[in-house]
Order: sequence, then structure tokens, then C-alpha cells
Amino acid sequence: MRVALFVTCINDTLYPDTGRAVVTLLERLGVHVDFPEEQSCCGQPQYNTGYRHGTEPLARRLARAFRDHDHVVVPSGSCAAMVRDNYPRLAERAAAEGRGGAVPGAVRELAARTHELTEFLVDVLGVTDVGAYFPHTVTYHPTCHGLRVLGLGDRPRRLLEHVKGLELRELPGAEECCGFGGTFAVKNPAVSAAMGADKARNIAATGAETVCTVDNSCLLHIGGTLSRLGSGTGPVHLAEILASTEDTPYTPAGIR
Amino acid sequence: MSGTYLGMPAFPEAAAESTRDRRLRGNLRHATHTIRDKRARAVAELDDWSALRAAGAALKDRTLRHLDHYLEQLEERVTAAGGQVHWAADAEEANRIVTRLVRETGETEAVKVKSMATQETGLNDALERAGIRAYETDLAELIVQLGDDLPSHILVPAIHRNRSEIQEIFRTRMADWGRPAPDGLTDRPADLAEAARLHLREKFLRARVGVSGANFMVAETGTLVVVESEGNGRMCLTLPETLISVVGIEKVVPTWQDLEVYLQLLPRSSTAERMNPYTSTWTGTTDGDGPSAFHLVLLDNGRTDTLADTVGRQALRCIRCSACLNVCPVYERAGGHAYGSPYPGPIGAILTPQLRSTASALDASLPYASSLCGACYEVCPVAIDIPEVLVHLRERVVQGGPAVVRGEKVVLRPARGHAAERAAMRAARWTLDRPRALRAGQRLAARGRRLVPRRLPGPGRAWTDTRDLPAVPAESFRAWWRRTRGDGAGPAGGAGPTDGAGAGR
Repeated sequence: MRVALFVTCINDTLYPDTGRAVVTLLERLGVHVDFPEEQSCCGQPQYNTGYRHGTEPLARRLARAFRDHDHVVVPSGSCAAMVRDNYPRLAERAAAEGRGGAVPGAVRELAARTHELTEFLVDVLGVTDVGAYFPHTVTYHPTCHGLRVLGLGDRPRRLLEHVKGLELRELPGAEECCGFGGTFAVKNPAVSAAMGADKARNIAATGAETVCTVDNSCLLHIGGTLSRLGSGTGPVHLAEILASTEDTPYTPAGIR
Repeated sequence: MSGTYLGMPAFPEAAAESTRDRRLRGNLRHATHTIRDKRARAVAELDDWSALRAAGAALKDRTLRHLDHYLEQLEERVTAAGGQVHWAADAEEANRIVTRLVRETGETEAVKVKSMATQETGLNDALERAGIRAYETDLAELIVQLGDDLPSHILVPAIHRNRSEIQEIFRTRMADWGRPAPDGLTDRPADLAEAARLHLREKFLRARVGVSGANFMVAETGTLVVVESEGNGRMCLTLPETLISVVGIEKVVPTWQDLEVYLQLLPRSSTAERMNPYTSTWTGTTDGDGPSAFHLVLLDNGRTDTLADTVGRQALRCIRCSACLNVCPVYERAGGHAYGSPYPGPIGAILTPQLRSTASALDASLPYASSLCGACYEVCPVAIDIPEVLVHLRERVVQGGPAVVRGEKVVLRPARGHAAERAAMRAARWTLDRPRALRAGQRLAARGRRLVPRRLPGPGRAWTDTRDLPAVPAESFRAWWRRTRGDGAGPAGGAGPTDGAGAGR
């Protein structure tokens, strides 16, 4: 089984701890992880802003980078959703425009081999207890693409429930969008901020030390909002919780 | 006589204003959360909901593929039943036809059933200009009309008003339109309803012309269907001598059997009821029963253009239930007026730019009025993939491409005002398509990481006005991988996020 990490551009550049946590976690579970350096970005920001043609070179690059792998693991709900939901669509649209060559079959085929991290753990490896230890109170925000596009269901929760020392706090209005939405956050800053403030209030109401998601792009917005509001709750990616063990415990920087 | 959508600012500006309105936010939050919870319960009662939803989508898709056939069948059956059918290519033509029809009766007033199609054409204003007064008889539409206001929701046009505001509108404005509000009117819902009932009753009994829309038109018999809660619709549809119905061409369904699906989907999605209180159906005219003259105005107004778009056409499945508005986090904060159209919320954001094109700054901003959270698609009873259409229309705005506008095939040019964004996207793509450049950029960012200001100037302000920036890590993931795992690196180890704990945040 050849497994590759698609770290995503935002994790690569801003949240390397998350990528390292995935490597640690998967290696602990006996999986050899590959990181093809040819990879970069799935093209989600371009695609979702309307630049479909501009997305195509990035999709081709990603398909090339992972052409030889059985499974591609992505620690991001929205980037996994981009590959799974929109890459076949990219191919379809290019074919309809008579420019099928712009999106080769490999792009469409990548969708079937791409798994968001919790899907890979629960569905492919068949584990929910990954031997993690994280002695903190945590509230879980199910991000929109993970929840509604990928249909992650209770996978993240089942993983969290098996983490020793972790106390899970229910998040009111959990399924409501945090207001990030990629370029939405800057194109409609007032509405995005209003949604973010409501999410932050709900998170703060749990009294949890950390808010956890499967997507650092949402956490960029949620964490930035919490920090600006002076909240004591810090953001943490689920992978970092799962990578933490009693032998090598991990305390995210956001925890005060 | 009523507000206008003309000259409204683009969505972000209008929404920046409306999100600051605390009373509006409170009214909307309360109303949308109440109805969304009720809808979820009403839908959960049916164990075949997903099959119904699939049937609702499939029936509409099939009908739309053969729309020409079913419209001609409808016209033939309506005519055979004593009605008269008029075809309106656009709003102006529809208004002209209705104005002429009312004039031909010699009347100068008409009572109206709540109708999205006539909101879309701006019929009331057109009639007013012709010296004809149209009275809205739906309770919420009445509130909007008396308040010289605009509807802000498809189902609950006055959702932005609370009951004390309604009390005030009734108290100060009813007298200008007919029977004044009773003395000592309170803000109790029963009292407000009674005031409306008394005010409207005299209009129902006097009116000789009724104007309506329709939820469905059944092609096989030429029957129109209106579903409602209040009974005012039944009054307008039965008491006047002349009935004029303005209906979008996408409202046709082939058979009565198809209603089995939609009369389950619509009330549960819309008012969260198992069945709506009133379902009125009528077929042409019947001697001695109801209106003696019936006119059906079939409205295109951009629908055929929309039908030509293979991605966007699914918006024509919409049965105007408003479930997508009630779950939308953007609608809940911005309110309906920011969408600058009678169709607010997620469905409006994909319908308006197709019906009106993306030429104006407002209409070009609508596809971006969404975080693409997907809650709308999840609740849509006819499975319109609203996020997919939003992204498709964004493409039309920034990338341009082929489209059909007023029946003509055109190639749209990218909208103006996106030059900086386009350049930024191109630069990002250039870098992301060159890992070496990406690595260099990341190294540069790491070196300058102490220099990142708390608040960014220029366009970056849109981010830092309300959010702190994350700390830039000392080392990117790919640099770490290269150092520890890459060619020439020492044996693997120390992979844990614990080395340099939390540096990334």
C-alpha cells in the first residue's frame, strides 16, 4: 500500500505542525508515508472564486504528483472535497468545451484515491483508537465541506472519543458555518466577521481550552477571530491531537 | 408607492450596513431558527424524503427538457376551458398585458394574491403609473405595502419586522389605504390579524379584478394551483369577476399525479406543515362559479436564457419554498434586502444573476454572497446544487464565456473591477505551479516572520479588521521534510509535532 501525504498549501506554508502530526500519527500506525515534493495546491481558492481555467494546471500537477500512490491522505476537509467533488467536474466541463486534454483522466481518477485524514483512519485503516493522549478540554467544530460535501459523519468524533484524557464539550450551533469561505472572508468581510463572531461566542460558551476541526483554513479564521476577541480558547487541528501521546505529549501554542 | 431595487449597492456594501442593524439581526435570527428547526422536524417525519426529493428534481428536469411541449399543451387546455393565454417575453411585456387587461374591465383597482412573479416584474408600480391601485392581501405583503417597504423573504416577506413594528405600521398607515386600524390596537398577534382581516375584508368584497401567480400549472388539464396559509388567496381567486394570473413558464408540471410529489415537498420545506391549509385549483372558467373571465400571462423574463445553461438551469426547478433562506448563515446576518431582488438568499443569489444577467455591479456580486457552506443544497426539496451554480456564476463574472442573453448566443467578457484579483490569482497559480518558487517564497516569509504587522494595509484590511493573523512558522512543512527526510537527510526521526511545538500557530 503506497500512501502519500497531500499536506495542502496552507498547511505547508502556515501550519507545518499539522503536516508533521499526520506523519507522526501514520508512522505510529505502521504506515509508510510519502511526500512527493511536486505537489502544491489543489486549486480550491481559484476554483471557488470563478477561475476554473486557472485551476486546471494545479489539478494536473496534483494528479501527476500522486500518480503512483494507492491512497492520498489530506488533513483538510475542504481540499479533500475539492479533489473529490470538483476534479471530476473540472474534467466534465473541459470535455464539454471540447478541451478535454486540459484535464486528463488522471485528474478525475485522483478523486477515488483521495481521503480526508479521518476517512483514511476509520475507513482504510479501520482504527478509531489511535493511542492518543491529550489531557485538555476540546470542542469540535465540524467544518462545512467535511460535514456536507464529504459526509464525514461521526468519524472525527469517534476518533476524539478514544483519546485518553480528552474531555469533549458540545458546541452549540456546531453545524453552522464559521464564516470563512475562502475569498468570501475578504469579499464579504462584514458578513464573514458576523458569522465568525457568533461562532467564537458559541466556542467560548463551551469553556473548552481548544477548538478542534479537520481544516486549518477554517481555523485560520476562527483562531484569528478568537484571538482578536481576547478569548482563551485556542485552535488546534485534529491531527495534532491524534499525534499527541503520553510519551510525547503535545501542547498547541494556542492553549494558554 | 413601494420601494425599489433599482440603484441598490452591491451585496457587500448593503450587507455591511444591514449586519450592523441589531434589531434586524435579532428579528431574523429568531424567525429563521424557529422555522428551520420546525422544517427539520416536519421532514424527519417522512422516511421516504430522499426519494421524494429525487422525484421532485427528476420531474422538474424532465419537464424543463420538454418545456415547449408542455407549455403548448397547457395553452391548449386553458383555452379549451374558457381561459385566455398571453405570452410575455419580459417583465415589461407582462406588465403591459396586465395593465391592458385591467383597463379593459374599466376598473381602477385590483386585489392581489401573494405572487413572486409579479414582484419580479414590478407589476404594482406599473399599475400605479397607469392609475390602477393593486392591493396586496397576503398579511405579510400587506405589511410590506403599507410600510412602503420591500419584501425580504420569499415566504415571509415581512420577516424583518417584529410585531411592535407591525403594530406601528398598521396604526399609522392603514387609513391611507382603506379601513383604519381599530383604536387601541395592541401588538398581540391575534389583534394584528384581526385588524388586517377587517381592513382586507372590504377590499375582497369590493374588488372586481384579482391578480395572482401560481405555484403549479398542470398541463394535462390546464389547471392552476395556489397553495397558501391564510385564505386570502382563495378570496381573490373566487370573488372577482376577472382573474389574471402571471406565472413563470417553469411552473408547469405535466400531470396531476406530479402534484403528489410537490404537495408533500413544498409545505414541509416551506412552512414546516404536513399540508398547507388552503390549496386552490382552477381550470379556465365555470359558469356561475368564480371569475367569469380568466387570463393566464406566461412569463419568460430570462427563464429561456437560464434554461440554455446546462449548469445554471437547475435553478428553474425551484418551487419557492424558502428553506434555503431559512438555513443560510449569510441571509440570517445580511437580511433579504441586501440581495436587491424579490429573490433573496441562496436561491436569489443564483436566480437573479441568471434572470437579470451579471451586468450590474449588484448582480455580479450576488454569486459571491455565500461561504459555500452547502446548507442550502442540503435542505433544497428539489436538490438544486446551489453551491455548484454559485461557483459556475462566479466563473461567468470573472472569466466570462458563452451564455444566452435574451435568446441570443453571446460570449460574455470578464466583468470589470476584478483586475487586481485576477492578477493575484495568476501570480498565486504561477508560484504554486513551481515548487521551487513556492519554497523560496516560504523561506522569505519565514525570514520576515517577525515583521508581519498586526493589521494589514489596503485589501488585507478586510482580513485584519476583525481577525488576528497567524504566526508565520520558522520552517515550512516541505523544508522540514527535505531537512529530515529528503535526499541526503539523516535517518528519519523526530517527526513529532513536539519538536518546535506549536511554532505554526
